[in-house]
Amino acid sequence: MEEVKPQLLKITFDGIEVEVEPGTTIMQAARKIAEADESQGHLVPPAMCYYKPLPVSGGKCRACLVKVTAGSAKDPRPMPKLVPSCITQVQDGMVVENTTNQAVLDTRRGIVEFLLINHPLDCPICDQAGECHLQDFAFEHGSVKTRYEEERRTFDKIDIGPYVQLHMTRCILCYRCVYTADQITDKRVHGVMNRGDASEISTYIEKAIDNDFSGNVIDVCPVGALTDKTFRFKNRVWFSKPEDAHRECDKCCGKVTLWYRGEEVIRVTARKNTWGEVNDFICNTCRFEKKQTSDWVLEGPTKVKRSSVISANKYRKDLIAKPNFALKLAASQFKKIDDSRPYITDPETIRHLSIENNEKANHRSLAARNN
Amino acid sequence: MARKILTEHINVPGIETFDVYRRQGGYTAVEKAIKTMTPEEVVEEAKKSGVRGRGGAGFPMGMKWGFLAKPEGVPRYLVCNADESEPGTFKDHHLMKSIPHLLIEGMIISSYALGANKSFIYVRGELMYVIRILEKAIAEAKAQGFLGKNILGSGYDLELVVQPGGGAYICGEETALLESLEGKRGNPRNKPPFPAVKGLYQSPTVVNNVESISNMPWIINNGGDAYAAIGIGRSTGTKLISASGHIQKPGVYEIELGVSVEEFINSDEYCGGIRKGHHLKALVAGGSSVPILPANLIMKTANGEDRLMTYESLSDGGFATGTMLGSGGFIVFDETACIVRNTWNFSRFYHHESCGQCSPCREGTGWMEKVLHRIEHGHGSMHDIDLLVDISKKIEGNTICPLGDAAAWPVASAIRHFRDEFVWHITHPQEATQPGAVYMGEMALV
Repeated sequence: MEEVKPQLLKITFDGIEVEVEPGTTIMQAARKIAEADESQGHLVPPAMCYYKPLPVSGGKCRACLVKVTAGSAKDPRPMPKLVPSCITQVQDGMVVENTTNQAVLDTRRGIVEFLLINHPLDCPICDQAGECHLQDFAFEHGSVKTRYEEERRTFDKIDIGPYVQLHMTRCILCYRCVYTADQITDKRVHGVMNRGDASEISTYIEKAIDNDFSGNVIDVCPVGALTDKTFRFKNRVWFSKPEDAHRECDKCCGKVTLWYRGEEVIRVTARKNTWGEVNDFICNTCRFEKKQTSDWVLEGPTKVKRSSVISANKYRKDLIAKPNFALKLAASQFKKIDDSRPYITDPETIRHLSIENNEKANHRSLAARNN
Repeated sequence: MARKILTEHINVPGIETFDVYRRQGGYTAVEKAIKTMTPEEVVEEAKKSGVRGRGGAGFPMGMKWGFLAKPEGVPRYLVCNADESEPGTFKDHHLMKSIPHLLIEGMIISSYALGANKSFIYVRGELMYVIRILEKAIAEAKAQGFLGKNILGSGYDLELVVQPGGGAYICGEETALLESLEGKRGNPRNKPPFPAVKGLYQSPTVVNNVESISNMPWIINNGGDAYAAIGIGRSTGTKLISASGHIQKPGVYEIELGVSVEEFINSDEYCGGIRKGHHLKALVAGGSSVPILPANLIMKTANGEDRLMTYESLSDGGFATGTMLGSGGFIVFDETACIVRNTWNFSRFYHHESCGQCSPCREGTGWMEKVLHRIEHGHGSMHDIDLLVDISKKIEGNTICPLGDAAAWPVASAIRHFRDEFVWHITHPQEATQPGAVYMGEMALV
C-alpha cells in the first residue's frame, strides 16, 4: 500500500517561502531554510532555553520571539503579541518576520540586556568562551552598553559531585540542565529553588549529582554555569582540535568528540549538530574516564559550522562579521519609486512642457509678491 | 438599593450553615439543573447570561465552557480559582468565608454542566480558616445528598476537593494554578495547548473564578436572559468590588454593572466619598495590576461622558485615557498619597512574586523595583524615568503569562500620568525623602 504523505504547510519566513510538515515549529522552519542555504544561517532565531533533544524545553528565555504578521491563509490576522518561535507551530499560509521587523530586533536587544544583568562578562576566564550561546546572542543582537547600575547577584561556587562544578553567578536559568536530569536520569536531585531573580539552580541540600549521565548537564548548559571539573581552565576551546571518535559502550551510544591539545585528549563531549545541540547523550565513563586515544576509534576531524571561533580558529576582523539587521530591515522596507509613467522623448513636447512650467512658476511668484 | 445577586443573603445570621442557607432558597438551583435540565441547557443559560470572568480577564464564561474539549474516555475537570492575592482585591475571600454554600452550589451546577466528576477549589494557602469553613460546608452538603455519589438520585457523581494553594501570587494564573494543583512548582505553562484542551493531568479543564461560579445558582433559578437584563451592553450582571484606600467606607460592595464611578465613590450606599477634607488624586480601578488613573480621567472618559463601572467604559480610550475593571480591586488615593512610593510598592510586590521562568519578567521586575527604590530614596537621575518606561515596554507582551504585563502597566501608567511627581522626586531629593512628603504640584484635583 502506498504511504500517504501528509500535506505540507507553506510558511513565509522573512520573505522566503518554505514548505514544512504539520507539527513543525517556526524555529524548525527557519532552520530548514538555513540548512538548504548556509548563507541564510543568520535568519534562524537565537535560542537560549530551547534544546531539540529535550522535549518540552523552550518558551522561557524569549530570545526567539518573532512577529507573525499573518496567522494562516484561513485567518490572515496578525498575532497580537510576539510569539516564541521555538514552540509555536506553523500553520498553512503563516507569514513571519524575524530580522526584518524592528519590534523583534528591539525586543531581542532588550532580552540580551536582561540576560546580561546577572551574567558576568567574564568571558576571558570562562571555560565556555568560544562555545557560549549567550556570547553569540549578545554579539549578534545586543548593544554595546548596559543601562543597569544596580548591584548584581553573585554566588559561591557549588560542588555538585565529583565531575561537575556549578557556578550559579553565570547561570541564566534556561532550565536545560533540569530537563536533562529529569528526562535522561532515573532520579532527579536538582532543580530550581526560590522565585524571580532570586531563583537558582541547586541540588537537594547541596547533594551531589552522581548518576551515570550527570555529565550531560555540562553539554546542554548554554553558558558557563556548569563546567567539567576534569577540563576546567586547562585550555581555550579555540586552541584545541576536535576529532570525532567512537567506542563500544554498554551504557551509551559511545559516539563522541575528542578535544585534543597536541597529542593529549583534554576533553570529551557528546557530538553536537549545527545548532549546538547534542545528537546523543553520552555516559560519564566515556566523558570523564576515557581520555586516551587508545580507548577510541578515531573517525576524523569534526566538522564545525556554527561556532565560528572554533572553525575560524582565530579572532580576525575579516572573519567575524556582525549581521547587519538594520540594513536588511531597510532593504525589506524600501519602497520603490513608481516610475511607470511613460518617458517623453519628443523634443517639441518637452519644449511646450518647459514653457508651461515656466509660466506656472511665474504665476506663483507673482501671486506670492502680491500677497 | 441596587439589586443583589451574590450578597442578597450574606448578612443572614448563620448563613454559613446548610440549614439556614437552604431556608433562604439555597440548593434549589442544583435541584432544578440536575432534575430538569441537560448539561447542554445549563451551558446555554451561562452563555445567554453573558457573565464574564470575574477574576480579571473578563472573558465570557459561557464561551469558555463552550471551548472545553470532550474526548471519549477522558475525565474533565472544573477548577475554581480562589487564589485571590492581588493587592487591593479581597472579594472572593469575603464571599467564601461569609456564604460558602453559594460557591459549593455554583460548583455543583458548573461541574454538572461540564461533565466533571471531580472538581477542585484551589484556595490561597494563607486562608486556612476559609479552607476549614469550605470543608465543613462540603461535608454538610455531602451529608444532605448534594455531593458524592448519585446526587439527588440522578446518577450524577461529584467529588469536591478543597486544595490549599502554594502561597504564591503566580499560582493564581490559571496554568500555574494547574501545575501547583498537580503538586509541582507553580510555574505558568506555555499556551497553546490551552487548559480547555490539556489542563489538569493533561485532561480538558475549565478554570473559573469564585465570583463567576457563584453567579450560577441565580442564573439557573432566574434564567440567563434575566441576568443579561442587568447591567449595560456586554457588561452584564452584578460585580463585587473590593474598595479600599482613602475613602469613608472601605469594604466589599455588590454593584450592578453600569453604576457611574462618581456614584460609586461618593454615594453613601458604597464608598461614602473621599476622606473628609481631602481630594481625589488617583484611582486604581481593578487591582494593583491595572493602570492607575489621574483625577481628571476618573469621573469622565476622554470624550466627556460619565465613566461607568463597566468593562468597556473603564477601558475607554485604551491605556492612554482608560484602565481596566480587572478583578474589581478599587483603590482610591487622595492628595496625601505619594504616587512614586505607591508605584515602588506595587513594583516590589511583582518583583517578589515573579516566578522567574522567563527572562523579561525575572530580570525586568527586579530592575524596575531597584530603579524605583532609588528614585523614592532620593538617588534617582532624570534618565531613570525613560529607563523605567523602556524596561516596562520590553517586559509587556513578551512574557509567558500576564504577570509581566501586570508588573509593567502600573509603572508605565504612573509615569504617563504623574511624570511631574517623578521629576520632583529626582530634582528635590532632600524634600521628597522626608517622611510623609508628597508632591503637591500641578496635578489636577477634583
